[in-house]
Amino acid sequence: MTEPVLATHDLTKSFGALRASDGISIDLRPGEIHAIIGPNGAGKSTLIHQICGGLRPDSGSVRLLGRDVTAEGIAARSRAGLGRTFQISALAMEDSVLQNAMLGALGHSGRPWRFWRPAHADADLRARAEDSLRRVGLADHMHMRTANLSHGQRRQLEVAVALTLDPKAFIMDEPMAGLGAEGSALLTRFLDGLRAEAPILLVEHDMDAVFALADRISVLVYGRVIATGSARDIRASAEVREAYLGEEA
Amino acid sequence: MIRERYLNLGVLALLLALALLARLADQSFTITVLTKVVILALAAAGLNIALGLGGLVSLGHAVFFGLGGYAMGILAFHAQNFAPLELGPLTIAGSKSMPVIWLTAIAVSALAALVIGLLSLRTSGVYFIMITLAFGQMFYYFSISWAAYGGEDGLSIYIRNGFPGLNMLDPIQFFGICFAVLCLVLLFSDRLARSPFGLALNAARQVPVRVETVGLSPMRLKLLAFVISGAITGLAGALYADLNRFVSPTMFSWQLSGELMVLVILGGVGRLIGPVVGAAIFVALEQLLGGLTAFWQIWLGVILLLIVLFARGGVVGLIAPKGVGHD
Ligand SMILES: Nc1ncnc2c1ncn2[C@@H]1O[C@H](COP(=O)(O)OP(=O)(O)OP(=O)(O)O)[C@@H](O)[C@H]1O
Ligand SMILES: [Mg+2]
Repeated sequence: MTEPVLATHDLTKSFGALRASDGISIDLRPGEIHAIIGPNGAGKSTLIHQICGGLRPDSGSVRLLGRDVTAEGIAARSRAGLGRTFQISALAMEDSVLQNAMLGALGHSGRPWRFWRPAHADADLRARAEDSLRRVGLADHMHMRTANLSHGQRRQLEVAVALTLDPKAFIMDEPMAGLGAEGSALLTRFLDGLRAEAPILLVEHDMDAVFALADRISVLVYGRVIATGSARDIRASAEVREAYLGEEA
Repeated sequence: MIRERYLNLGVLALLLALALLARLADQSFTITVLTKVVILALAAAGLNIALGLGGLVSLGHAVFFGLGGYAMGILAFHAQNFAPLELGPLTIAGSKSMPVIWLTAIAVSALAALVIGLLSLRTSGVYFIMITLAFGQMFYYFSISWAAYGGEDGLSIYIRNGFPGLNMLDPIQFFGICFAVLCLVLLFSDRLARSPFGLALNAARQVPVRVETVGLSPMRLKLLAFVISGAITGLAGALYADLNRFVSPTMFSWQLSGELMVLVILGGVGRLIGPVVGAAIFVALEQLLGGLTAFWQIWLGVILLLIVLFARGGVVGLIAPKGVGHD
């Protein structure tokens, strides 16, 4: 078996009496899409936050490219290779679409301490930003104010910013949410190709997308991973059907 | 509605033209009033970098204004009394030279901003306002009790400090120097806002977590903005003290911090020329109404209220609404 790009070991996190993560050990291998599914409130976003550094686990560890990053913050983990999209868009709403993408390119360059030449005149930043906007289909909206984007376009921009970072692993929290059938289909196709660049840990409620994309699926219920397996295994698992897919099937 | 760039140049040209007219008419008092506008605008332009770009609501910028003032006062005091300043192993003769005083004012206030920023940037919102206010009060009470430099009475400087090659006793020349400094600082602010640093700072104000997620530290960006901001306000403090040939603890007062904030809000938070417009309105009201009633600040309050309620972008926002992005 190849070395995983990202792995959690026995992550535990409680909010008061609520166990939001209960001994979660999952990993992400090169070239794969690993989907995390589970009902609302199962602890998916909480897991993502611990992986990306926004929340400290009560116990357990996170390894990225073989290195323990549990003690590191969000910025350090991003620099180490995580490219993350948010369930609720976290974008600079007053800025243009291009500026948001350029921020990503600036983060990737690691050189924010420049005070004189306009950012827009930096051809490298600009090329990287425009390229990723083009890839997600936002090329025609570059100069729009981000606040004026539709919900679906904001999701696309989230993905574009992650692309500018050239990450070693993508972490995506419900990128399809609110995209509509057409948008989901487009993004599904895009993610399908993206896994060749870096593996994707994908939290998603859209089961069509999950079954179409995932190499592996983990099912999270009440903070615990109750099953991990191929799409076929998960579909067949009685426990999973009962806990989660039951309502949908 | 006009393009922001033309408005900026127009406002500066108007200021300069008024000063030159006053010079022709031999109205040196008017020149002094215009110089006050320029210096307050400079102080507020400093605050505007923290407040407008960084979103840091500092109610303690009087600290830097006062430090700049006292940097001038103390250096000039030692120079005019021929009593060297003993700082442990270091002995400083004092100085009557503006460039030396300015550099000292910038260095001292930048250092203070670094320390205050490190301590207060851990907090945000109301706590940040309170901590910066508390630092202001600390400096205020310290200056009151510092008898060596006049305590509550402050320090008077006999003659204005000098600038190589110019006669600073001539009001229009002093105006010219202050105006040139203001223009340079505004040029720098404009470049800063569009620079890579400005791009990141702008985002750090809106969504810090986004900035972290691309691998940058919002804390460090804001800290540097606070330091630059404090340094500029400190420089303004040195010029203000030179304008009045006087420094006193009121330069450290929380009212002064509040006034700087008022100037920025009046003009337009985060707008390049906002502090200049705000300072012009403020000084105009003070001059026009101040003679008629002791309560002229009530009218300032009314205007501020109207701005906050109906024109969040300040006066500049009314005249030149903000576009998106900039190329
Ligand atoms: N900061 C917090 N403080 C207290 N409780 C929290 C906090 N964050 C999450 N929770 C709780 O932890 C549980 C897991 O939340 P989480 O957001 O991880 O779920 P999720 O699986 O992402 O759900 P969804 O599908 O709705 O996005 C929920 O019951 C939530 O209310
Ligand atoms: Mg969630």
